[in-house]
Amino acid sequence: MQQDMLQTLAASAETIIRTPGGRLAAFAFSVLLMASTIAALLRHFVARGKSHATIDNLRARIDAWWVMAALVGMSLLFGKLGVLLLFFFISLQVLREFVTLTYTRQADHLALAAVFYVFLPLQYGLIWIGWYGFSSVMIPVYGFLLAPIIAALRADTLRFLERVAVVQWAMMLAIYGLSHIPALINLKIPGYANPVLLVAFLIIVVQASDVLQYIWGKLLGRHKLAPVLSPSKTWEGLIGGVLSASALGASLWWTTPFSALQAGLFALLITVLGFFGGLIMSAIKRDFGVKDWGHMISGHGGVLDRVDSLLFSAPAFFHLVHFYYVP
Amino acid sequence: MASSMLAALLKLMIFAFSSIVTGARAIWAPNADPLLALKAPCVFIANHRSHGDFALLWSVLPAAVRAKTRPVVGAEYWRKTWLRRFIAERVLRAVLVAREANGDARERQQRAIADMRAALDAGDALIVFPEGTRNLSDDKLLPLKSGLYFLAQLCPAVQFVPAWIDNLHRVMPKGEVIPLPLLCSVRFGGAFQLDPLQDTSQNTSLDPARDKGTFLLQMQQALLALSVPIERGDHNPADEQHTPLGAGHS
Repeated sequence: MQQDMLQTLAASAETIIRTPGGRLAAFAFSVLLMASTIAALLRHFVARGKSHATIDNLRARIDAWWVMAALVGMSLLFGKLGVLLLFFFISLQVLREFVTLTYTRQADHLALAAVFYVFLPLQYGLIWIGWYGFSSVMIPVYGFLLAPIIAALRADTLRFLERVAVVQWAMMLAIYGLSHIPALINLKIPGYANPVLLVAFLIIVVQASDVLQYIWGKLLGRHKLAPVLSPSKTWEGLIGGVLSASALGASLWWTTPFSALQAGLFALLITVLGFFGGLIMSAIKRDFGVKDWGHMISGHGGVLDRVDSLLFSAPAFFHLVHFYYVP
Repeated sequence: MASSMLAALLKLMIFAFSSIVTGARAIWAPNADPLLALKAPCVFIANHRSHGDFALLWSVLPAAVRAKTRPVVGAEYWRKTWLRRFIAERVLRAVLVAREANGDARERQQRAIADMRAALDAGDALIVFPEGTRNLSDDKLLPLKSGLYFLAQLCPAVQFVPAWIDNLHRVMPKGEVIPLPLLCSVRFGGAFQLDPLQDTSQNTSLDPARDKGTFLLQMQQALLALSVPIERGDHNPADEQHTPLGAGHS
């Protein structure tokens, strides 16, 4: 009886592993398991069970990765609706973190309310119904124009352009940029049955690049890349991280409609853009005098700190795939 | 029965609003003790820009402290409708003080101080906004009222815990109807007491007016010190154009 159950279990595990999604999940699971094991070993042998700033932070980060990986995995399992809901809430939180730290005045209240309660749900609604023609221009055209119009109606000119720019950037980054991730599922690529995997490809490569840049930087980092913008970034970290993440992307070609070489090139593009996303958000943080955007994810900071590299890579990835692969 | 259930429900709603909509969290300075109110008579003093201020401050306190912390609010506003009265008396257990100018001002102040003292003697902690009214100006603080000085004279053991409420006025500025889900925080600083030298009842000082000024200045400085986030310099252009002290305050 028990043997029967075990056999059924083994058989279903085998079926799961045979699907690309199952293989990705197994891959992510083993990477996290390895990371947790290494962190436990470091704690035992290097920190000797005592508190150690870098190792404690590493452990907090890895623990948060388990939660994030589970959330992303669950949402991918639910397909378009799951990914759409996940990124709707990520967009909402990123908006909150971004607007909280920026300078706005009461005259911007209505414009900000429109961003939170009209443009955010509308953009995700348009992606849900798959209206590509409108979702790709709503924020860059109508959002862009409406923000200064609403602000002007309140007749407060103090730092006008700066305040309008805050509203426009908030929309472009937090809503428009991130909404391209669920929009990937709408792409109709001939001979490619499951575009949810394209979401997994983008997230895994970009996030792995962040982690690999951190690891290469910690191991070999000597030459500071942009000490003014982001003191922890080094050339060794950047090159090592981008190259290894591109190699990872190439090795994941079977989740995509691309060949291995194409997958590697796409991975190179999104990791470089991801790097610049992080760098630019870092410049803004530096200007505000803060280290993190928020406090929601322990060890990482805010949600925006975790997705800054997706803000720049997602729209470019979407458009290039659309351009080359959708007839 | 029904009314106590309603009170519990409203309490939960206030708590949910402040933690979900504003993501409220407390930041305690290294020299601040979050549980001080359990050990000594405590008055939390905070800046006041929004009607939601005391709900926010109250909701970020540790549960045990929250259970015994009561806001001190204006009676005229909170007795106006049945719902306000219910929230003030049953939900927040507020200490209601009269502020409007009918009758003797001195007598009113004495009654307010007596009510606050009674609450402190009963072991409760208080939330007081020493500006006396909501600050709708671009200044960080309005000139502080002197009531707390007289309370401190009456109960010299009282610990004053300064707290700075950040961002709530952006969630729902005066005159707006739609709240924005921006993130709010309350920064708490180290507690201070009325310096015994300032306590005129000990007759160590010859000029009570000067001592009152010193105490109010001490409160003001404790609050303003918290107005700048611990990890960043403030870059609010409104602050660059106005003196940090309220206009007309000497």
